[in-house]
Amino acid sequence: MAPWLIGFSVFFGYPLVMSVYLSFTHYDLLSSPKWIGFANYRYLFEDDPQVGGAVTNTLWIIGVMVPLQVMFAFGVALMLARARHGTGFFRTIFYLPALAPPVAATLAFVYLLNPATGPVNIILKQLGIEGPLWFQSPGWSKPSLVLLGLWGVGNIMIIFLAAILDAPRQLYESAELDGAGPLQRLRWVTLPTISPVILFSVVIGVIAGLQYFTQAYVAANVAAGQASQAGDQTVNNLGYPEGSTLFYPVLLYQHGFKFFNMGYASALSVLLLVVAFTITVLIIRNSRRWVHYAGAVK
Amino acid sequence: MRRVGIGLLATLALCAAAAGATARTSAHAAAKAENITIWVGWSARELKAFKKIVAEYDKKHSDVNVKVVGGINDDKITASIRSGNVPDVVSSFTSANVGSYCKSGAWIDLKPFLSKDKLDVNVFPKTSQYYTQYNGKRCALPLLADVYGLYYNKKMFKAAGLKGPPKTMSLLTAYAKKLTKRGAGGSIKVAGYNPFLGFYAGNAPDLSAYAPLYGAKWISGDGKSQLSKDPAWARLLRWQKNLIDWYGYKKLQKFNAGAVDEFSASHAFEIGKLAMMIDGEWRVAFIKDEHPELDYATAPAPVDDAHPELYGAGYVNGTIIGIPKGVKHKDQAWKLLKYLTFDPHPLALFSNAIRNVPTTKASLNSPEIKPDPRFKTFLKIFANPKSKTSPITAAGNAYGTLIQAFTVKWQAGHAGDLQAGLKKLDKQIDAQLKQAKAGGVP
Repeated sequence: MAPWLIGFSVFFGYPLVMSVYLSFTHYDLLSSPKWIGFANYRYLFEDDPQVGGAVTNTLWIIGVMVPLQVMFAFGVALMLARARHGTGFFRTIFYLPALAPPVAATLAFVYLLNPATGPVNIILKQLGIEGPLWFQSPGWSKPSLVLLGLWGVGNIMIIFLAAILDAPRQLYESAELDGAGPLQRLRWVTLPTISPVILFSVVIGVIAGLQYFTQAYVAANVAAGQASQAGDQTVNNLGYPEGSTLFYPVLLYQHGFKFFNMGYASALSVLLLVVAFTITVLIIRNSRRWVHYAGAVK
Repeated sequence: MRRVGIGLLATLALCAAAAGATARTSAHAAAKAENITIWVGWSARELKAFKKIVAEYDKKHSDVNVKVVGGINDDKITASIRSGNVPDVVSSFTSANVGSYCKSGAWIDLKPFLSKDKLDVNVFPKTSQYYTQYNGKRCALPLLADVYGLYYNKKMFKAAGLKGPPKTMSLLTAYAKKLTKRGAGGSIKVAGYNPFLGFYAGNAPDLSAYAPLYGAKWISGDGKSQLSKDPAWARLLRWQKNLIDWYGYKKLQKFNAGAVDEFSASHAFEIGKLAMMIDGEWRVAFIKDEHPELDYATAPAPVDDAHPELYGAGYVNGTIIGIPKGVKHKDQAWKLLKYLTFDPHPLALFSNAIRNVPTTKASLNSPEIKPDPRFKTFLKIFANPKSKTSPITAAGNAYGTLIQAFTVKWQAGHAGDLQAGLKKLDKQIDAQLKQAKAGGVP
């Protein structure tokens, strides 16, 4: 048997099959799973009051954060591609946040954006602006997470930069000879050339959005003021404030590991699998209309 | 090429979802034959105190060598039980999980040991008996309890001309208004009493600490949620919202964001930014350690104006301790467990050290308990027959999450009609309990 097949079966096939099996059981992690048919799915689609909010939050983060991240990374990469001096320095500066561990970065953002003691609101106040409540407000908690996401966009930015620098010089030259201005060159030369990279970053971004967990988990717990291990274990801060950061994977974690309801958590993960797969296929099908592969044979 | 691309991306998507469902496991070093291991949740100062208690046992018993591991949570407990690599004695702060531990047999039944040694669990108050069993199956015993009462700053009371603690909720509101100090633009400099759900342990958003003060009943005789049927819940929520509105929701949010972590020396009550609060008995030791100069007193928490007879009762919860299945030194584990939970001597010593409430009726009056009027309040609340804990259900305390989802919206003014909201909440909790019981789980 080929080694990849062993790896595939052990690390992917087995967990997948087990997840599907467990989704039809009641499994509390401690006693053996009991078959309950579609009861978990019925609860998921009919009764669970938290699923709707979690799906909405997840769609929000995908719909807002992914396009903004792609545009922001593209914009920064464009500027860096044109810089004449200090290119190495600026590339490092913009890439650096991507190296920060997500937990540390989130802690830092919750501190910076603390409405009472954080430096951001203190500076805003000195400018005469009443700063928002950031992670403490259900309306601002997701935008705060988007800010965090934009700050750490270095990985996509570096791929965009490589693609932009890789665009064939002669295409720009001939476009210029044909009288194309900078905007037209961007629209008709740069964008088509880097379209496979845009597709890549959109797909990766959407999948990351569907799995959005660490930042939401840390931000909710820290902003709710229960960061210490001595905190009351019965308080559930996931989704703080008002369920606004309860993303689908956070809900899945809550059921699996806080409520000992791994059977139901598995049903949630099977749905996530189906949705992730469907969205990915849809994006790739749709991409045929706008992605240009230079070496592709039609 | 494109097909390969689709395949690759689809695989990525599949892996992503599968990873979410893969359970975590963690290994823990097995206890050696001559050693027995006990896992506890305490850390830092409290862990040190517990180690001292165990060291005394160790000295008296030459057949064992007890190793204490601190900082344990329920994730680690379940992972160890699933891997079969368990400590000999295990304890948890989350008494709501006793349902899972007992019904699954993950913590072994203690009845045979109790009968063999002719020990009666009636030495513990009813509340502690309740949160250490599930459906009559006793898989745990109580090891010190947490009891909630009122803390108030005497200096601030004197300055405001107030004498003695408030005994009803309407008085609590009146006192809170008198004691609050505002800054520029109405910002809160000192809060008389902060009723914001989610602010410190006394304001747990599942309302657990408030329920006994209103005599509010969670579940009806037939096991259905009755938050909309028992009018006490609506009274409690209306009282809370009125006080929130008096402060201004956003102003309180800002005050909370400026108050640091509740288990740090800059706790709002300890540094004089909060005049009254409902908190657990452990705060007495924290204040002694961090701000011994603070001039404060304790009392039972104020109660519903409609039920003055409830005064003196409070919310009770506690640490549970048991023996995990797959244990290697069962008899030695039981001996240690028995010593820690039944013997008044270690209970008194540990209670003195960390100022948690000792859990047997005899130990409450033990001459070894260091007298302290501030702490004595909590011993009385614990012994009060009207003191209550929250219900233990097949879904653990998952119902608390649904209650919390509603109450935090309610205090923000986003919940709409209260009665309709509570009715909906009842339905949600009933559906959740039904789901948790699916598969014939009791």
